Amino acid sequence: MEALIFELSCPGRIGHSLPEIDTDDYAAAIPAELRRESLDLPELSELDVMRHFVRLSQLNYSIDSGFYPLGSCTMKYNPKINEDAASLPGFYHLHPMQPEYEIQGALQIQYELQEMLMALAGMDACTLQPAAGAHGEFTGMALVRAYHRSRGDADRNLVLIPDSAHGTNPATCTSLGMTVMSLKTGADGNVDMTVLERALAENQGKVAGMMITVPSTLGQFEPNIVKIADLLHAAGALLYCDGANMNAMVGEIRPGDLGVDVLHINLHKTFTTPHGGGGPGSGPVACKAHLAPFLPTPVVAKEGDRYVMQTPEHTIGKVRAFWGNFGMHIRAYTYIRQQGASGLKQVSRDAVLNANYIRTQLQDTIPPAHDRPCMHEVVLTGKRLKQETGVKTLDVVKRLMDYGYHAPTIYFPLIVEECMLIEPTETESRETMDGFIAAMKAIVAEAHSDPELVKSAPHNTQLGRLDEVTAARDPKLRWLPSDPRDEESAWGSGRNPNLVSKLEPLTRD
Amino acid sequence: MVYSAHTSVVREEMLRAIGVQDIEELYVDVPAGKINAPINLPAPLSEPELIAEIRRISAQSADVLTHPAFLGAGAYNHFVPAAIRFIQQRGEFQTAYTPYQPELSQGTLQAIYELQTLVCELTGMEVTNAGMYDGSTSVAEAALMATVINRRKRIVVSDALHPHSIDVLRTYADGHKIEVIATPDPLATDLSDVAAVIVQQPDFFGRIADLRGAAEKIHAAGALFILVYYPIALGLLKSPGEYDADIAVGEGQPLGSGVNFGGPYNGLMSCKNQYVRSMPGRIVGQTKDTKGQRGYVLTLQTREQHIRREKATSNICTNSALIALGSTVYMCLMGKAGLKRVAELSYNRAHYLAEQVAKIPGYKLHFDAPFFNEFVVEAPIAPADLNKRLWDEAGIIGGYDVSDRVPNGWLLCATEMTTRAQIEQLVSLLQRYAEEK
Amino acid sequence: MPNNPTDLKYSESHEWVKVNGTEATMGVTAYAVEHLGDMVYAEFPDAGTVLSAGDIAGTLESVKAAADLFTPVGGTVTARNAAVIDDPALLNKDAYGSWLLKLTLSDPSQLDKLMDATTYDAYEASQ
Repeated sequence: MEALIFELSCPGRIGHSLPEIDTDDYAAAIPAELRRESLDLPELSELDVMRHFVRLSQLNYSIDSGFYPLGSCTMKYNPKINEDAASLPGFYHLHPMQPEYEIQGALQIQYELQEMLMALAGMDACTLQPAAGAHGEFTGMALVRAYHRSRGDADRNLVLIPDSAHGTNPATCTSLGMTVMSLKTGADGNVDMTVLERALAENQGKVAGMMITVPSTLGQFEPNIVKIADLLHAAGALLYCDGANMNAMVGEIRPGDLGVDVLHINLHKTFTTPHGGGGPGSGPVACKAHLAPFLPTPVVAKEGDRYVMQTPEHTIGKVRAFWGNFGMHIRAYTYIRQQGASGLKQVSRDAVLNANYIRTQLQDTIPPAHDRPCMHEVVLTGKRLKQETGVKTLDVVKRLMDYGYHAPTIYFPLIVEECMLIEPTETESRETMDGFIAAMKAIVAEAHSDPELVKSAPHNTQLGRLDEVTAARDPKLRWLPSDPRDEESAWGSGRNPNLVSKLEPLTRD
Repeated sequence: MVYSAHTSVVREEMLRAIGVQDIEELYVDVPAGKINAPINLPAPLSEPELIAEIRRISAQSADVLTHPAFLGAGAYNHFVPAAIRFIQQRGEFQTAYTPYQPELSQGTLQAIYELQTLVCELTGMEVTNAGMYDGSTSVAEAALMATVINRRKRIVVSDALHPHSIDVLRTYADGHKIEVIATPDPLATDLSDVAAVIVQQPDFFGRIADLRGAAEKIHAAGALFILVYYPIALGLLKSPGEYDADIAVGEGQPLGSGVNFGGPYNGLMSCKNQYVRSMPGRIVGQTKDTKGQRGYVLTLQTREQHIRREKATSNICTNSALIALGSTVYMCLMGKAGLKRVAELSYNRAHYLAEQVAKIPGYKLHFDAPFFNEFVVEAPIAPADLNKRLWDEAGIIGGYDVSDRVPNGWLLCATEMTTRAQIEQLVSLLQRYAEEK
Repeated sequence: MPNNPTDLKYSESHEWVKVNGTEATMGVTAYAVEHLGDMVYAEFPDAGTVLSAGDIAGTLESVKAAADLFTPVGGTVTARNAAVIDDPALLNKDAYGSWLLKLTLSDPSQLDKLMDATTYDAYEASQ
């Protein structure tokens, strides 16, 4: 275990090197009513800080350390050249408020990225503003709402969402003041066309649109997608595509060709910008021409050989400060320029190939929820295993950690019992997947022979299962000196609990 | 595809193992004619060609490290210690997902818990979340949070908030039929039925005010007090907690991030304990594992979209964890002495700059109010022209043009990165331009 | 087959009601608690709140689930169980011993629409 940084603090220790004050000390005259009296940040050397965070990093699992088949998250390799590109001073130290003539390079990246995303999505316009996928959903659905309002159709406030959708979809509608109608998915995992037709018929003039994930969160391509788009358009509604699963389509299928009016794209999934342990992401939105006038401000345009920022005519306004998560734009730009259209087509084909490989190699061990080819990810169900052995999907994935793999996504989508959603991505080798498949088979065998071993996993990680119930019942959300819940040392003592814990006998099995 | 491990032989073998002849057989559900779409992209580049191309593009922009810069306006060029980027670029932090599996994510989780503690200390607030997208969305989400807490529908905001924050607030408020009232003096406004009053300190023009008594007045009207802060300024100035703010939000960029052309940044958000269940975003809590060892988990998750779906207080999911990690490392490296020093240097150099500029004929400080490290001067000519001339003749990145708010208003900023020599260079150029008339 | 207490009335959304004259005491069934898991948080409207049948009458939360509590009967809230608010785990120990709200009934005839224990046992088994 690693001590908290506060427990390593030592009074008077310095971890920085800053210039001396070389002007008059104007700050000394700040009046008492404005001045703060104390600021108790920890005091450490740079080496203290480095070691602490390097040790913390070693408690993480990451793509760079192993196979991370987390469904719907597209945990593919993040090329290191992206980091070199984003670290260039002309990008990393470019101020967002500089005049246009000083920032042409940055605007060129943004303009060309917009164009490339439009080409890949089959769309007519694009904004890079949204900071993440959910922020893209917010922006995209705000466009839908603005479109209806502009046509005097302000009553259209209802959004249809399949019950397999990610939670951000319904939450997005609520944050826009729109109402959600959840559509029950058919037994085959696809949209139930009867349910959709009935929803449209019963809510004539009220449906703003439908949010659909393509391929679905079940890893299936919606066979009726074109018909769904036609039905919505005939009813005066629009089709929003959650592009979280773009990795199945990139370079191969353009959502715009399917009848989609607007979609967001997660640069931190398909386009290899690192996820960072929970962001920053980037969620550009691409749309058809009829939604372009409503895009958030600014969009980047080219006038002659100059790049300029423009405000669309009927803009929904700003969705965040400045110009989007530019650092992510550079990384995605770099990746697309390296792949080209042919490379990206191979990306999605290999992603589909790998997911189907896992599906077929595991089908006799843990069956897929639907017995048909999948796209870039596959949903398996541990329902039978639970019935036979009492071992739940949660237990299986905790045991996977002992075998050195990250857990797949579990209990999502919500509509498949005991499910695990596996997305290998295209960057994994067959050997890696074979190792994973063998581990899954071994765990299922253990579930039958020694279920307790699986139910009490993980055994080889630094920490065992964590008590989330106590964490929620009695929340401890910050460190405080001498809190009885910390048996470790107190603030400023200088004692290093790491040392102590390392001298204790190992009790791990 | 550069990053594939598959040879064509392996692909064939895998297809056979799957039981198909051709990859396109796996696209059974895709409507006819929708695969193999023609896509027009530039031809792929090799890695050396690519980095040369990116370097060439990057050179078309002028950065604030190479050039003297006097630009703030919401993004601040503070020193980023080398250790920060080293830690952020460790693959274990950079290529991990959101810490949903705590046994494999203790590094990220503990770092967030430390951030929560550090930001509580910095702001004097009781609880802090793992972060939002940026400062502006933190402002908007704080306002929505207030409307949920007291079920009121009006937000009064100082018109000296960063204009982007006000714009974003209006976008977010739109769907909820929330009225946003921007006014020069929020406390002089009728606060009955107001959900929250939002004040920024220092404000967009750099001004600082004595906010004692504000909370009392706001609370008496049943409203919440949302204070938008600049984290570096808290090295010297009273914290939101000392002003009894209910929610405190800020832009985390100055804490260890480059200005990065506006993003990614990190929104900081804290509140009083009593409001934690209405706070959006992820929160990490301390707990124990099966062996009694201390550990960390995402907690109070029932607030969030993946559980509450359409009843969630916010749709936020991915936030800005790696930037937040940079801020955590920054505060640990700076410590109590360093943050204070950065604040003092920024304050002193900005005041030196202001004093010198104000002596130049034709230049005048627009406001009398105390300021932190940014101030408005009335220039003798249009600030846009001044900026262009400084750039063309001396490669200086000037101030921010606020002539839409103040006639010939020029918002100048200094930090510890603005050297005395740079200030003197700017002043002598302005002096020369003034003498030309 | 489940075996729920016979002196209570039950709703389809798994609340139970015990009636004493015009006073109703309500809680959630063992099935509901089992389904939600370890309870970590409970929140109810203040005394004096007037509710109609079907209104949201609070929130129950476990680590990974949140459920609205619906009142099957209308009335004015007279009390909420502070012990459960302090320690929601009481619900996991004894769902029927841990009442949540007391109401003065506005329309006792609404009780007729609720299930008796035998009917609820069958309903629960069908879920």
